[in-house]
Amino acid sequence: MNGVDAYPGNSGERSTVSETAWALMRSMIRIRRVEERLARLFADGEVPGFIHLSIGQEAIAAAFGACLTDADTVASTHRGHGHCLAKGVPVSALVAEVMGRDSGACRGRGGSMHVADLARGMLGANGIVGAGAPIALGSALAHKVSGRRAVAVAFFGDGAMAEGAVYETMNLAALWQVPLVMVCERNGWSEFSPSDRAFAGDGAKLAEAFGLPFLALDGDDVLAVHAAVGPLVAACREDRRPRLVSCATHRVAGHFEGDPQRYRDAPERAAAAAADPIMRLAARLCVDEDRDARARFDTIEAEITAEIDAAVEAARLAPDPDFDLARGDVYG
Amino acid sequence: MAELRFAKAINQALADAMRDDPAVVLFGEDVAAAGGPFGVTRGLLDAFGPQRVLDAPISESAIVGAAVGAALCGLKPVVEIMFMDFVTLAMDQIVNQAAKARFMFGGRGGVPLVLRMPHGGGLNAGPQHSQCLEAWLAHVPGLKVVVPATAADAYGLLRSAIDDPDPVVVVEHKGLYALSETVDETLVRVPIGQGRIARAGRDATIATYGALLREALVAADRLAAEGMSCEVVDLRSVQPWDEALLRESVARTHRLVVAHEAVEAFGVGAEIAARMVEVAFDDLDAPILRVGAPFMPVPFAKSLEMAYRPGADRIVAACRRLME
Ligand SMILES: Cc1ncc(C[n+]2csc(CCOP(=O)(O)OP(=O)(O)O)c2C)c(N)n1
Ligand SMILES: [Mg+2]
Repeated sequence: MNGVDAYPGNSGERSTVSETAWALMRSMIRIRRVEERLARLFADGEVPGFIHLSIGQEAIAAAFGACLTDADTVASTHRGHGHCLAKGVPVSALVAEVMGRDSGACRGRGGSMHVADLARGMLGANGIVGAGAPIALGSALAHKVSGRRAVAVAFFGDGAMAEGAVYETMNLAALWQVPLVMVCERNGWSEFSPSDRAFAGDGAKLAEAFGLPFLALDGDDVLAVHAAVGPLVAACREDRRPRLVSCATHRVAGHFEGDPQRYRDAPERAAAAAADPIMRLAARLCVDEDRDARARFDTIEAEITAEIDAAVEAARLAPDPDFDLARGDVYG
Repeated sequence: MAELRFAKAINQALADAMRDDPAVVLFGEDVAAAGGPFGVTRGLLDAFGPQRVLDAPISESAIVGAAVGAALCGLKPVVEIMFMDFVTLAMDQIVNQAAKARFMFGGRGGVPLVLRMPHGGGLNAGPQHSQCLEAWLAHVPGLKVVVPATAADAYGLLRSAIDDPDPVVVVEHKGLYALSETVDETLVRVPIGQGRIARAGRDATIATYGALLREALVAADRLAAEGMSCEVVDLRSVQPWDEALLRESVARTHRLVVAHEAVEAFGVGAEIAARMVEVAFDDLDAPILRVGAPFMPVPFAKSLEMAYRPGADRIVAACRRLME
């Protein structure tokens, strides 16, 4: 498969296919550039605390995001900026939250690891590894009980495969038969340890053991992920049954910003960077050869830069969060 | 005399304990090859090998459960929980298993287990990476809880915790790890349950522990400039805590403030205040005051966390109120 016209899972016109590809491109570039800006703001002291970047992993978030509606729900991880943006959290709300401003998605109370937007089905990034999986399960149960056609998606890392809550979720999802898509983002790392030193099992066999349909995808190929996830989510909407998707990807940045990454060697880092899903899609869209494609790419970049500039400016001007209001929100 | 970083003191205690006793083993997330998320266990894998220094995956419940089992069978595991907030995932093993084994098993055997965990805010780490949950653990019969404030005590309390026949939780404030202090060349064990007078004074006693000790000393300095002489007691252990020392101090000063970073309500300060009213009521010239965090999760934004965290200002204000 070279060009986008060979893109499977979409039998429409080439133009429809490439429109989908360009939408995915925009979504990935938005995630990438927002995170790059957050990294700079962090270095300049404008982002407090710590942030975990998903650079290199944008294809998964973008592809899933493109298959979900506002009624669908997502529970994410500590590495959740991409999931939030792809689920529709506005750049301005995300950036302001990570900067700790009152205009943030959670009024500056949670920060990067807790961005949530319940109105858009974003059940939160999460500071606790594995905690999102059962929350997504419960959300799927709510969809089923309420008779909604919505699905729930649980993102978790390959390191989270070690956490009991993830297995308990697989078991419960299989017992209860709820519309839950469990998505393991296999970036090869569990904090500072290679993930094969954190998980001895085999995802496919695990899924089989629980009777969950299983799909292994190249998570850096956004078109392949989208082509597979579109029908999968559609099927989940119909049959209301859980499934497990494993997406191989690469963590390009450190575990957190400022991580000196002494535990990684240069060839592995170079390979992670080279797997870049944006560059891969750009090659398929012939951005380097085709002048129209280049112009379109540049326009997306310019629009997104402007969107981020405006978001950062607005966040800077926004007031500090109000302490008494925050204190008043402990109970309803 | 020598300069010692708080983190290095812990590292030294672990190394010395492992050298002295082959039963001491370490496990936790990224404690071996990576040397620990805060660098506390650096070099120990090389020094003691992979049989005794084990990396564990993100499985807090199984990690602590394995430590309980190992402790029942002759090892002395020292487990690191990366952030105290994650202790919640291991609570069954700590509360229902480790803490009760000696009692439930008729006193025939115990769980000589040490759980190290960093608590505290100041890093804008948000609601799930900043909590001070020591009162939860101090509430459980069978557990001991220590909270060192100085590098020397970090060494000395950890050595005592490892020697102890029962489960001991060692709470380390993450804001202290990088700080250096001048210490004696020879580091010694500090008995669990023994507090220390960090500064002598006449007019009021400030009892505290952990990172807030520094704030209490700053507060005492400021109050001294106003003519109020405060005694600062570093409790060092919160379960058991040094009731005798505090009684003796209050008998001299007649006033008491208990200060901690943890949420004030249902906290260590509440227990100490209640107990001191029971045993030292006649010595008191003023109500016992508590300084602690407000009853809310630890907020993320700089401005919010600054307003949230108790510090010297609030301790000063409480001491002034005592004199009114
Ligand atoms: C319960 C719990 N234990 C430990 C941590 C610390 N921690 C945060 S992220 C992480 C590694 C997670 O690896 P993975 O699930 O693969 O996600 P990735 O970082 O690769 O996206 C660890 C150990 C945590 N946040 N929560
Ligand atoms: Mg990972």
